[in-house]
Amino acid sequence: MSKTITIDGQVIPFEEGQTIMEAATEAGVYIPHLCHHPEYTPHGSCKLCNVNVNGRTCSACTFPAMEGQQILNDAKDINEERKKITQMLFVEGNHFCPSCEKTGNCQLQAVAYHLNMLDDHFPLFYPHREMDASHAKVLIDHNRCIFCTLCVRASQQKDGKDVFAISGRGINKHLIINAESGLLKDSELEATDQAAHICPTGAILIKHTAYQVPIGERIYDHTQIDQVSLNSENLQHDN
Amino acid sequence: MYEHLETAKNQTNLKRIVVDPVSRVEGHGKVTLLLDAENKVQQARLHIVEFRGFERFIQGRPYWELPVLVQRLCGICPVSHHLAAAKAIDQLVGVDPVNLPVAAEKLRRLLHFGQVFQSHALHFFHLSSPDLLFGFESEISKRSVIAVLGAYPDLGVQGVMMRKYGQEVIRMISGKRVHGTGAIAGGMNKSLTIAERDYLLKDIDQMIDWSVASVELIKKVHCSNLPYYDDFGTIRSNYLGLTKPNGALELYHGGLRAKNDKGETIIDHVDYCHYNDYIHEEVRSWTYMKFPYLLSIGKENGWYRVGPLARVNNCDFIDTPLAEAARVEFKAHSGEAMVHSTLAFHWARLIETLHCAESIKSLLNDPDILSHDLVAQGEKRYEGVGVVEAPRGTLFHHYQVDENDIVTKANLIVSTTSNNMAMNESVRQVAAEYLSGQELTEPLLNNLEVAIRAYDPCLSCATHAMGKMPLQLELINAEGQLIDKLVKHSNGDIERNIHD
Repeated sequence: MSKTITIDGQVIPFEEGQTIMEAATEAGVYIPHLCHHPEYTPHGSCKLCNVNVNGRTCSACTFPAMEGQQILNDAKDINEERKKITQMLFVEGNHFCPSCEKTGNCQLQAVAYHLNMLDDHFPLFYPHREMDASHAKVLIDHNRCIFCTLCVRASQQKDGKDVFAISGRGINKHLIINAESGLLKDSELEATDQAAHICPTGAILIKHTAYQVPIGERIYDHTQIDQVSLNSENLQHDN
Repeated sequence: MYEHLETAKNQTNLKRIVVDPVSRVEGHGKVTLLLDAENKVQQARLHIVEFRGFERFIQGRPYWELPVLVQRLCGICPVSHHLAAAKAIDQLVGVDPVNLPVAAEKLRRLLHFGQVFQSHALHFFHLSSPDLLFGFESEISKRSVIAVLGAYPDLGVQGVMMRKYGQEVIRMISGKRVHGTGAIAGGMNKSLTIAERDYLLKDIDQMIDWSVASVELIKKVHCSNLPYYDDFGTIRSNYLGLTKPNGALELYHGGLRAKNDKGETIIDHVDYCHYNDYIHEEVRSWTYMKFPYLLSIGKENGWYRVGPLARVNNCDFIDTPLAEAARVEFKAHSGEAMVHSTLAFHWARLIETLHCAESIKSLLNDPDILSHDLVAQGEKRYEGVGVVEAPRGTLFHHYQVDENDIVTKANLIVSTTSNNMAMNESVRQVAAEYLSGQELTEPLLNNLEVAIRAYDPCLSCATHAMGKMPLQLELINAEGQLIDKLVKHSNGDIERNIHD
C-alpha cells in the first residue's frame, strides 16, 4: 500500500524521495511557484510554494513528502502571503507589463493574476539596473530579474556551462555573467541554450522575436497558470 | 494675425483670467488671458502644462519595444504611434515601405482606417457635438455627450456605435481595442481570419450610411451660419500633410506636401525620411509644447496647420467616391483655393470619417488581408523614420539605434505640436474679436475652448522634449510690478534679470 499525504483534505499518494511539490503536481494539485522547475534541482528561494505542513511553513519544492503529513495549500491566508511575496517581487525590480515583450507569456505576471494581485501595495523601489544587450541574439534586462536562479541551474545542469551566477546579498543581490568583461557577448551563452529560454520573467529574452505571437495566442491568454503548469503538454512552457 | 497678443507690452495692472483645464480635449492644458481695466485682451495664451518625456525614457530600450511602448502616449490614437514607430523600425531591419509584404501593408492600413474612424467619431460626437448642436455659450449642463444623448438620442447612439465599430476593427487586428500588438519590424504578427473579416463586414454598410449622414449634418450646421462659422477662430496659415504620389488624400504612407494660404505649393512629394531638412522646432518658456515651422519660410511665418483641414485642403482628390463628392462640395463653399475656417476642421474631419468607412469596406473585400505572408527582413540599419497621418495630423517618429539594437536617440513631432502655433493664434483671434472689451462670463469663455477643440488637440501626446525647454520664474508684487525674474535658457544657462 502506497504512502499518502493530505493536501487541503485530498489524500495524495507519493513515492519515497518525492517532494511535496512533486507529489502534488503528479496528483494534479497546483502549488504556485516561480523558482521551481521539474527538470532542475529545487532551490526554494522564491517562497511562493510555501505550504503549511502539520502547522509549520515549508517550501513545497524542497520539503520531502512524508507519511501522514497534513498540508494546507490553497488556503486564504497562505495565498494572501503568496500575493504579498509576489507584490514584493514586483516592487523590487522594474516590471512594466504594458510594454514588456514577455507579457502574456510571463510566469510572474500569470502567477500575479492567479493570486488576484490587483496592485503593488508596497512602495516601488525603482532600482537603477542596467541592460546587457551586447550579445547578438540574447538580451538581459536586469530590471526584470527575480533571482530565481533558473538560468544558473539550466546553464550548469543542462547546457554543461556555467554562464550565470548570483552575486551580492540581500538588496544588493544581482545576476552576474561568467566573462572577464562581465558582458553576455563574451560569455559561452548561445541562443539555443536552455538557459536562454528558461527565464520565468522577461529578464532573459531572445532578441528580434518580440510580439511575434499575437494577443489571443499567448500562453496565458486563455488559460491560467495552474492549468498550464499542470498540463504536461505544456511542460516546456512551465519553465 | 494676432501674434501681438502672445505677450502683453505692459504686464502691470492686468487682470488674469484662467480657463483651467480646457475640457473635452485629450490631455491637460489651460488658457490664460490678461485683461486691462476696460476688459481689453492684452495677452492670450494656450499653455500645455503636462509633461510626458517619452523621447527621453525610450532611450536605452531595444528598438522592437518601440511600437508597443510609444503607443502608451495616447489612449485615443495609440495605433498612430504604433504604426509610425513600426514604419521606423521596419527601416532598422532593412525593410523599406516598398518591400513590406502586401498583406502587412493592407492590414496596417485597415488598422489605421479603423483608428482614424473611431477617433474622429469620438471627437465629433462625444467632444464637439454639444457645442455645435446647443451653441457655444450654452449652459454647462448641455456641454456633454450625455446632453446630446438626451436631446438627440439617435445621433448620440450613432456616435457611440461608430466609435465602437472603429475600435472593433482595431481589436480584430491587434487583439485589443486599446494598446494591442500587431505591427512588428518588417510586417504584422497576424492576418484576419474569414470569421473576423465577416464580423466586420456585417456592419460596414451601416457605418458608411451614418458617415454620409454626419457629413450632411456638419454641412448643415456650418452653412446655416456661414459668416460666423467661416470667421470664428479663423486664421490664414500654411498646411502640411502626406499625399499619395498621384496627389490623393493619404493617411498611412506618402510624400510630404505643404501649401501656403493661397494654395501655392511650398514642398511636394518630399521623402519624409528627410523631414529634418524641411521642418525645425522652436521652444518657448511658457509652454512645454514645441513650435514647429517650415524651414524655407522661417520661424516667423513658417508655422503650419496639420490634421483633417490640412489634409482635405492639400490633397488633389480623395480616392473613394462618396468622400470625394463631399470634398468637392467642401472646397467649393469657401470660394478660395484653401479653406481657412477653423471650425471647418469638423467638416473636413467627417469627410475623412466617410473616407475611412469606404476604405475599410474596400480592404475587407480584399483577399490579401487573409494572407499569411506577413513579414519581410533585410539588412540592419541604424536609423529609421516613420511618418503617418494620425487623426490629428502628421506624426513623425525618428529613432537611432546602436550596434546592440538599443535606442540611442528619439525625436517625436506629434500632430498637436504642429498645430501649437495655430491653436494659440485661434485663441488670440477669438479673444480679440469675440471677447475683448466684454465682461467675461463662464459661457463666453467656452468660446475659447470651442476654438481649441476644433483642432482636436491631444495635449498629452505632444510634450516630450526634455532639457531643452526654457523656463521662466517671475516674482510679481501685489501692484503687479515685476520684482525679480529667473530665466533658464534652452542651452541650460541661467540668468537673473528684472529689466527685460
